[in-house]
Amino acid sequence: MEQIIKFIQTYSLLRMLLAFCCLIGIIFANAIVMGYLERKIAARIQRRWGPMEVGLQGWLQMILDGVKILSKQLIVPKDANRFLFRLAPLLCFTPVAMVFVALPISRSLYGINLNIGLIYIIAMGSINVFSILIAGWSSNNKYSLFGAMRSVAQNIAYEVPILLSLLAVVLTTSTFDLQEIVKAQSGPIWFVLYPNLFVAFVIYLIAGCAETNRAPFDLPEAESELTAGYHTEYSGFAFGLFAIAEYGNLFIMASIATIMFLGGWNGPFGFLSGPVMGAIWFLSKVFILMLTMMWVRWTYPRVRFDQLMNLAWKYLIPFSLVNLLITALVVKII
Amino acid sequence: MSGYFSEIYTGGKSLLIGLGVTFRAFIKPVVTVQYPREKIDVSPNIRGHIELIKCNDIEAKHDCRVCGMCAKNCPCNCIVVEGEKQEGVKGKVLTVFTVDFTKCSLCGLCVETCSRSALRFSNEYELAGFTREEFHFDLIKRLEEK
Repeated sequence: MEQIIKFIQTYSLLRMLLAFCCLIGIIFANAIVMGYLERKIAARIQRRWGPMEVGLQGWLQMILDGVKILSKQLIVPKDANRFLFRLAPLLCFTPVAMVFVALPISRSLYGINLNIGLIYIIAMGSINVFSILIAGWSSNNKYSLFGAMRSVAQNIAYEVPILLSLLAVVLTTSTFDLQEIVKAQSGPIWFVLYPNLFVAFVIYLIAGCAETNRAPFDLPEAESELTAGYHTEYSGFAFGLFAIAEYGNLFIMASIATIMFLGGWNGPFGFLSGPVMGAIWFLSKVFILMLTMMWVRWTYPRVRFDQLMNLAWKYLIPFSLVNLLITALVVKII
Repeated sequence: MSGYFSEIYTGGKSLLIGLGVTFRAFIKPVVTVQYPREKIDVSPNIRGHIELIKCNDIEAKHDCRVCGMCAKNCPCNCIVVEGEKQEGVKGKVLTVFTVDFTKCSLCGLCVETCSRSALRFSNEYELAGFTREEFHFDLIKRLEEK
């Protein structure tokens, strides 16, 4: 009996290790694929070719860039705070990996099923702000610090509409468990088709765009004003980790939108929602959302800081509050 | 408060129009050219370095009579023209016509003052080299090679 328990324990440890390796692999592969798609889409929208030189249609370009970044020296500026400077990229990357554990990719493909999954993901997501602040401050560079300060103001402002819009879904399903929320949408109607939750979905997409620091809300990086914002001083793989975490955050943002509003791993009309097909449905929805984000990014110019704040406090937050009230009333009445 | 909702409406509408514009650009064909492998025709008015015009289609013959106006007029002193008298030929025969393209400012005075209209701008634009001497063009040799 003891032997069996021991075997299961070792087996589960092995399973955890394997899952962790897969997870890191998914994050890196996601960054490579999204980086490539981003460059291609940006190019096509500007009627260029984009990467074309290495491999068919330049598909090896991001891998080569990764190798180049790996081979570069990690330079720490002279007057920087060495410990915090080194810590920041890890602090940016680790929460991303931790969030991936809790994402229900299909009915049976997930790391852990937490009954407070949503709260966990949002809590992990807000560590990102912290890492940007640390990165900007410890670089001892005015542009980095500006970028970090902007990022903090932006993320605090946009976390409110995100939470309020997701709360509308939580009110409807009365659970924080992501699997339960997905199962609640297994019928023909996903949450995005409810009028009040559609508003929440739009608010979530706009605020999520700002939360992941992507254009048109990329003020923390704002290359025309702040060189590269908070990661100006980072070189080599530290910079690479920031880039990977950015795409990881984008994936997380899109997958939360998928889980909460677009039916997660459910096919349309509950069509083919088995464990394998479910994962395919989920990933394709996430990728469509991410491609939409890219489309948005290469369409709009960067907003000014006051416009950014106005959008959050004057439009998104009042709307999501009213929307939440309406949702509460609807849930109470029905 | 006035204009709050109309602002949302007009703003949202213009954002959607913007998305439409980029989507149309996305599905349109690419306009850039992958340069070293594909080339587009250069404009006929491009000013490359000067060259002698071939006046006879069969052999490499030019119309230069070695008056030296081009060399005299050149503000950069980058043209060298030399000629000699030959038996049975009227006037002088061109023996040396070189241009130092590192000094040339492409002003075009040589082309304009040439009384025989024997000079023109070439449309050579892929000029790169490791030494200055690579840009001392011998125009007679060039004409013969063509």
